[in-house]
Amino acid sequence: MYEHDVIVVGAGGAGLRAAIAADEEGADVALVTKLHPVRSHTGAAEGGINAALQEGDSWDLHAYDTMKGSDYLGDAPAIDTFAKDAPEEVIQLEHWGMPFSREDDGRVSQRPFGGLSYPRTTYAGAETGHHLLHTMYEQAVKRGIEVYDEWYVTQLAVTDHDDPEDRVCHGCVAYDIKSGEIQGFRANNGVILATGGLGQAFDHTTNAVANTGDGCAMAYRAGVPMEDMEMIQFHPTTLPSTGVLISEGVRGEGGILYNDDEERFMFEHGYANNEGELASRDVVARAELTEVNEGRGVEDEYVDLDMRHLGEERILDRLENILHLAEDFEGVDGLDEPMPVKPGQHYAMGGIECDENGETCIDGLYAAGETACVSLHGANRLGGNALPELLVFGARAGHHAAGKDMKTAEIQTGPSAKSEPGDVQPPVEPGAIDAGSDDVAADGAAVEPKAVLESTVEQERQRVETLIESDGINHAEVRADVQETMTENVNVFRTEAGLEKALQDLRTARKEYENVAVEDPSRTYNTDLIHTIETRNILDVAEAITLGALAREEFRGAHWRAEHQERKDDEWIKHTMLAWNEGTPELYYKPVILEGDEETYEPKVRSY
Amino acid sequence: MSTQIEQQETETEADEETEPEVESPGDRRRAQRDERQAQEQAQREVEEETLDDEDTITLKVFRYDPEVEGKQEPRFDDFRVPFHKGMTILDALIYARDHYDSSLTFRHSCRQAVCGSDALFVNGRQRLGCKTQISELDDPIRIEPLPHQEVVKDLVVDMEHFYDQMEAVEPYFDADETPDDKLEEQRQTRENREKVKMSTRCIWCGACMSSCNIAAGDNEYLGPAAINKAYRFAMDEREGENRKQERLRIIEQEHGVWRCQTQFSCTEVCPKDIPLTEHIQELKREAVKNNLKFW
Repeated sequence: MYEHDVIVVGAGGAGLRAAIAADEEGADVALVTKLHPVRSHTGAAEGGINAALQEGDSWDLHAYDTMKGSDYLGDAPAIDTFAKDAPEEVIQLEHWGMPFSREDDGRVSQRPFGGLSYPRTTYAGAETGHHLLHTMYEQAVKRGIEVYDEWYVTQLAVTDHDDPEDRVCHGCVAYDIKSGEIQGFRANNGVILATGGLGQAFDHTTNAVANTGDGCAMAYRAGVPMEDMEMIQFHPTTLPSTGVLISEGVRGEGGILYNDDEERFMFEHGYANNEGELASRDVVARAELTEVNEGRGVEDEYVDLDMRHLGEERILDRLENILHLAEDFEGVDGLDEPMPVKPGQHYAMGGIECDENGETCIDGLYAAGETACVSLHGANRLGGNALPELLVFGARAGHHAAGKDMKTAEIQTGPSAKSEPGDVQPPVEPGAIDAGSDDVAADGAAVEPKAVLESTVEQERQRVETLIESDGINHAEVRADVQETMTENVNVFRTEAGLEKALQDLRTARKEYENVAVEDPSRTYNTDLIHTIETRNILDVAEAITLGALAREEFRGAHWRAEHQERKDDEWIKHTMLAWNEGTPELYYKPVILEGDEETYEPKVRSY
Repeated sequence: MSTQIEQQETETEADEETEPEVESPGDRRRAQRDERQAQEQAQREVEEETLDDEDTITLKVFRYDPEVEGKQEPRFDDFRVPFHKGMTILDALIYARDHYDSSLTFRHSCRQAVCGSDALFVNGRQRLGCKTQISELDDPIRIEPLPHQEVVKDLVVDMEHFYDQMEAVEPYFDADETPDDKLEEQRQTRENREKVKMSTRCIWCGACMSSCNIAAGDNEYLGPAAINKAYRFAMDEREGENRKQERLRIIEQEHGVWRCQTQFSCTEVCPKDIPLTEHIQELKREAVKNNLKFW
């Protein structure tokens, strides 16, 4: 068994920032990650990092934009904390050597981005995430932070008290991909989940193959509620054949969207008369699909994003990476012709419920980054707000877990924050096939840390043995079924019948999963085993997304419902919460906090 | 172990793929266009058929597993994979794994040439699987793990040595001084940023190191990626002169820049087009200038 003060699971932007923060506080911290840190998907972020740095801009404007962008589903304490901390975090990154794009006077450049009232997006070309990831990994190396790379965390070691709020997380169990060894990782102070996105629940996604919602699924099964899972962002500009992202920076610099009739539809069809292409992402994604559905799509599938008029010099200076992506993954020369784009799954606004300090309702368990839901992004994330989120909330979780004295969080977590019960009517039973089984450490007496770890390790050993030794179907079939129904039925436009169909398909997939087995008998680098375990996580998060989507009978932010075409503020300014409840998921609601430090945010009609 | 082995063919598989039809709501306008497009498509297909009647490709993939019977002796397996336009080496490997053999093992994650996981030796050259178009390669396509690295299993190599060399150059920004004010950035000219820009693009894929003859013969040689990393910081005006001196000392060591024989193989295989050899040469010049200064 390994032992550290703080264990950070995942080593992308949030994980690295958390680990550096814990190290700054003097804690013995280790990163446990299924990919080497520089392979993390933070590296694929392109556009930029929002922070109010210039005179004329201010944190409260950034907060206001973020709240408006969230369609009033973000919590004000999270948003205010975020907007206040972001400038120092960005400059900190600059002090760590981040190669930001610069102005003539040598200062960090900032550009306009969708939904922002001020050009406050700092960037490093169109490969901002790559530079952020590498800059932070370099700093982790400088500090000698221990990294267990290619160790896949498969389960949290949590006590099995009835009430999740009484439970304590003492560590986690990880599988060494190279050797097949299974080990307990004891965390004396806390475990921080920073496992990133869950895009692999869909088949057209900008997310990496490794983004399988592991943190969400593990926390969910350990008893932490999932919050606003239905809020999935579909990015308006992804390449049709692969889902590779074309940065919002293209539109930020002046790129224009055209339909097949060469109309600038964002204006000409009235989707966003003021902001046009730079309206919020959900608005642009719906506009594009509406164009396609009404027969004005190019090849009946996508729209064109044209940046040729920006000129070669500006494109090479600020968007060079986009030229490479369009060329390599779509065979299109962005200097010569428009680039085909369509919406693709991009980001999960929802996730593991936590507060401004990253704490979940389970003592010693934290979450940060995309896997977490503070809630900062509410029903729609603004472009350029994900990277500062990693920095701000990664740092806060790291500091808190390492014992730094911090302001008590205002956001309430856990089942006790429930304000009203849920009333969703799924067509089939959701949750575990065999409810109440091994999803939380099962030994009734397991409250002593070492015993919790040992019983969890034993459980995972058995799980791996069973998967490798039995015969059955390949997980890839199950995964493909899940991705297909999610993309078909839980996409930009959602209908009640479609969501119900998805739940039925997911139930079938769960039953199929009971029969999966790992064909590769090897303990050496067994990716068959890793992917099979991931597929279980994908199933749990896909179902949570769909249950939330069926429950929320309104149209807010990214969540559009055919039968409910209005934002219903009287009824729906509340978070959709989903508790695993030992395999029989329970839906309930928690209030949204609109009272901020400076002002109480008044829900307004969201137009761009 | 070496990847240079006799080729043994052990299996052949083929599969037919049918594309599912997707229905979408249509109106008259679309119907008309569909008809027009169908005619154009039919014409194209006739043309394509006369050009190319192959719709599958053959992968010859290196296989090895130290603990599984039948795989302990390295071999090549054949996989016949249906080809589609735009298909990459990574797509083909995923297809083979998910349809024929779930034990086929390779690293991959982002599938957009930024995570650096899938550098492979394809038809005799280091390439990133995800950004290599099958249409540009001769069939059959031979896929091997990166040469000059220990093979863990199938196409997975041990990257530890590569990471060790990267760490040896103190690969982190470490300025002589930073502003006291937490909200004050260091200034950097556009020219200086431009100067280091290419060097900051490295994705640690290891293709360069694998292609380098010097690295193959001298295990302690820092290698192109690590030297490029040193260049990235040594040339960054924000770090300051003292730090630069220390960096030059590191790359001037016995197994540093002077080992490079400017064969340009690293530059040729770099998937991010980093002018690695130029960067190494420039550091040599800097080191010489620096030494003259102290004479």
